[in-house]
Amino acid sequence: MSAASLYAADVVALARKDLRLELRARDTLPAMLLFVVSTLVVFHFALPAGTGADAAFGLLWIAIVFTALLGLARAWAPEREGGALDGLVLAPCDRSAIWLGKTLAVLIFLMTAELVAVPAFALFFAPIDLVAVAGVVLASVGICAVGSLLAAMAAASRGREVILPLLFLPLAIPLVVGGVGAGISPEGAAYLSFLGLYDLVFAILAWATFEYVVTE
Amino acid sequence: MSSRNSLPLFAGTTAVLLGLAVVVALLVAPEDANQGVSQRIFYFHVPIALTAYLCFGLGAWKALRLLWVGGERRDVESYTWIHQGTIFGTLTLITGSIWAKASWGVWWSWGSNQLVLFLVLFLFYCAYFMLRFSIDEGARRGRICAVYALFGVALIPASFFAIRLASDFIHPTVFSREGPQMTGTMFGSFLVCWAAITLLAYVMYRTEVVGKRIDASLRELREVLS
Amino acid sequence: MSQGQYVALAYGVVLVFVLLWATIIAAKLSRLESETADLAALAQEREGDG
Repeated sequence: MSAASLYAADVVALARKDLRLELRARDTLPAMLLFVVSTLVVFHFALPAGTGADAAFGLLWIAIVFTALLGLARAWAPEREGGALDGLVLAPCDRSAIWLGKTLAVLIFLMTAELVAVPAFALFFAPIDLVAVAGVVLASVGICAVGSLLAAMAAASRGREVILPLLFLPLAIPLVVGGVGAGISPEGAAYLSFLGLYDLVFAILAWATFEYVVTE
Repeated sequence: MSSRNSLPLFAGTTAVLLGLAVVVALLVAPEDANQGVSQRIFYFHVPIALTAYLCFGLGAWKALRLLWVGGERRDVESYTWIHQGTIFGTLTLITGSIWAKASWGVWWSWGSNQLVLFLVLFLFYCAYFMLRFSIDEGARRGRICAVYALFGVALIPASFFAIRLASDFIHPTVFSREGPQMTGTMFGSFLVCWAAITLLAYVMYRTEVVGKRIDASLRELREVLS
Repeated sequence: MSQGQYVALAYGVVLVFVLLWATIIAAKLSRLESETADLAALAQEREGDG
């Protein structure tokens, strides 16, 4: 097998391990689903009557970002509890594959939550067009790429539950701008390309720096 | 050793240049035709903002060097540059806010892209300090902080464009502060102030690094003696 | 407030920040002084013993 396909096999194996763990324990995904739906319901009461669809669309993004945070906070919990991260770091696979595998797993969780949240939003608040959905997908990639690295940083600190949102939210601001813009602006394409560029830059950065975060 | 002895020289030059900068900005530079006297905040506000960017950039550069070639010294240097950047970033926010009040009558304007960008950076680098102080001291803390510092310099252009894009749908009109053209004297005054503020940041950085080195040496000494 | 007062306020804030920084450095310096004196006493004690 070539080096690239070996790398891909490692990534897929790592992501599969996370998904299988989730299927067995059901620690994260049900919580994310319930959270995103309850947030939307809370927003209905928080939003004064007669506010436009634009304002509601901003709230969808708050729901997505905080749902992602909920999932990211638990992203490295299996490794931490079992002390498995040290083993993974010593394993003969490339360390960036650990990051990519985790990003994929978290992305699948988040997309599943959005699969519920976006139709629910369309049902409760306002219709959603294709550009907005593309914005959700692209921003989710960025959220998971940056978030899984930051979650690994937070896992190494003492106040991990508290510190992850602090680390993550400033970096998520451009994603929220891109996502909201794709939804409500007439020139959605500009926002989509901005999101794509953000994903590319930050994914490369996270991919290149992950090994420094996890090695002792 | 010779490089450490140059610190008093730099500090003296900074003191002289800062005095000159205040005189030039308040007395020598001509009054702006459109904005009047409040435009004089510009001579300190913009150099402080540029210096903050420079400090964040140098902090990230030291972080990159740390990941690249290692060395505990670079961790301290990167941290100290980011510390300076945060001080000057806070000053940018405060002086910018005063300027907004003077020229638009409000203490905060989401239409001012520069102010919003510095608010985002301020939050980001405050999180940097939270992260740093919640990890046990050691090589790994240095590397994690270095990675976060690198994310900071990627965040600066990303937020810059994001805020530009956002102002399209949040605030259709973008305030413009700069007059049409600066005159020669205005530009000269600006350059003097810029040089003074940059030197000030450098002297503060050097002073803090010296303090941290003394701290480390004293700790070593205590270990040897006890 | 007049425009001139705002300008004075902006420059004053910068001055206060620099002075605040100097105060913090001064506090650190006096801490280092007491620490050094501490260590010097410790070293002298050692000399007396040996």
